Amino acid sequence: MASLPSIPTENKLRLVSRATHLKEIGLKNLFLVCACVAVAGVLLIFAFVGLRGWPAFAEVGPWSFLSGTEWNPTDGIFGILPLIWGTVVVMLGALVIGTPLAVGTAVFLSEIATPRVRAIVRPAVELLAGIPSVIYGFFGLIILRPIVANFTDGLGFGAVTAWFILAIMIVPTIATLSEDALRSVPPGIREASYAMGATTWQTIYKVLIPAAKIGIIDAIILGMGRAIGETMAVLMVVGNAPVFPESIAAPIATLTTQIVMDMPYAAGMHRTALFGMAIVLFLASMGLVALVRLMSRFQTSIESGR
Amino acid sequence: MSYRSTPVPDDALEKITVKGLDFFYGDFHALTDITVGIKEKAVTAFIGPSGCGKSTFLRCFNRMNDLIPGARAEGRITLDGQDIYAAGVDPVDLRRRIGMIFQQPNPFPMSIYDNVAFGPRLQGVKKADLDKIVQTSLERANLWKETKDILGRNGLALSGGQQQRLCIARVLAVEPEVMLMDEPCSAIDPTSVQKIEDLMAELKDRITIVIVTHNMQQAARVSDFTAFFLQEMAGEPAVLVEYDRTANIFTSPKDRRTEDYITGRFG
Ligand SMILES: Nc1ncnc2c1ncn2[C@@H]1O[C@H](COP(=O)(O)OP(=O)(O)O)[C@@H](O)[C@H]1O
Ligand SMILES: [Mg+2]
Repeated sequence: MASLPSIPTENKLRLVSRATHLKEIGLKNLFLVCACVAVAGVLLIFAFVGLRGWPAFAEVGPWSFLSGTEWNPTDGIFGILPLIWGTVVVMLGALVIGTPLAVGTAVFLSEIATPRVRAIVRPAVELLAGIPSVIYGFFGLIILRPIVANFTDGLGFGAVTAWFILAIMIVPTIATLSEDALRSVPPGIREASYAMGATTWQTIYKVLIPAAKIGIIDAIILGMGRAIGETMAVLMVVGNAPVFPESIAAPIATLTTQIVMDMPYAAGMHRTALFGMAIVLFLASMGLVALVRLMSRFQTSIESGR
Repeated sequence: MSYRSTPVPDDALEKITVKGLDFFYGDFHALTDITVGIKEKAVTAFIGPSGCGKSTFLRCFNRMNDLIPGARAEGRITLDGQDIYAAGVDPVDLRRRIGMIFQQPNPFPMSIYDNVAFGPRLQGVKKADLDKIVQTSLERANLWKETKDILGRNGLALSGGQQQRLCIARVLAVEPEVMLMDEPCSAIDPTSVQKIEDLMAELKDRITIVIVTHNMQQAARVSDFTAFFLQEMAGEPAVLVEYDRTANIFTSPKDRRTEDYITGRFG
């Protein structure tokens, strides 16, 4: 073989310039910092709430704090069970009303609506999520409360009014996520169902909803989170009485509404108890997130066989 | 060439008869003037280059094309002499009688048992009868031995070839008269292909099978009749070039274009 010609200099692989290299490193670190800020934020808030609220558990006693049936700060009685109860009642009622509405909307959007109808309805549903909650509160106060008052013997301040308001508020969360879950069902499965002679309705409830089940449950759990955390709209319509209500239309309070009501003036142990309630809320939402995580892991394990 | 030792007699009944069918996807004219008679209890293969409308044609038989907005068929298709596109015919009922297997195995994400029981349940079969139906259908699909101990396992956990046989069992569970198969073997491994081809040979004693395949050897192996489709120019509708006994198509095609295709000169 003849001797190889020497490589002309312009054909040499060029080295990365120092400036590019630095820019790459800089950007990488910038994104890292962004991610760290988010994580640090969570940790800081948790530490802050934890430190401020911990004495509530320590001094009142975790059991009497969580299961005490009387919330009476003036007499130094800090039992938050009525507030937990209120939170749960308000959330469950909203879920019972809101979930069918939202899942129905999701089915409509993904299986029934033509692309043109969907192009109108989906943004409308998303818009619901963008309305400030104080506006929902107004709506509840001015429109819903009198209606509820008409059907019950109270003034319309209570769980029922909150249910309806919250139900509408959680629809966008549950509906859009459920729709995504339905849409991610492989099209072949839909086709198989029709080819087996299933009607549209049978395809929806026998095949598509079960196939999207885990995504839909995730959506509902996130809707729960929204319902537990929602404060302003609920505050405006529940009547804010930290007691076990006599009826679903009687005034109650939730953890979040009580915190907002009391925080401006609370001091000492009262203030600490409010932070203790915040810990409970924090743990509840962490629990929900963990649940969503578990569900998706469950789904992966189904798909991979067992 | 065919599995069947005794050839399908010439006077075999026509299960499905197509007369002068034209098919449109909106403005796109996909098929024109197709006339063909599908023989009962035989395997008919549709061959032709990709995109020539084989799937489109197959999906006319169970009216799956109804689900596509803007799609329409003109002409006449009859099943046992009844017009399947006649006003008032329920496509849902039609699909119970004409089952379909797709290219990509598509079991439902539910247990093997529930997959097979799906059709019978839709028809309101009593719970007590389901076990028997599930077992028989899996047996007919040659999947019983592999699955009898894992009926509760998710259908998606099976291998691709097993999934396809599960889909066949799911169709067989409603005792269809016709089974349409759209390239059922192109997404699975060779051993499974063999199993499915064997299965077709067994099944055609009871049901009419129409299979779309791009694999000419497969058409030659499994079918009694073959129809060759061709779209001669882009944008033009495809036509049925030749339809005959498989042996004739592969040994002495009458049309020059068929000969060119099967000898691999184009397509
Ligand atoms: N849903 C559809 N909408 C519009 N055109 C389609 C649709 N499905 C198929 N076609 C067109 O119809 C022709 C035939 O397609 P197809 O029946 O899938 O062919 P084959 O199965 O022979 O490969 C192709 O040109 C394809 O692009
Ligand atoms: Mg095709």
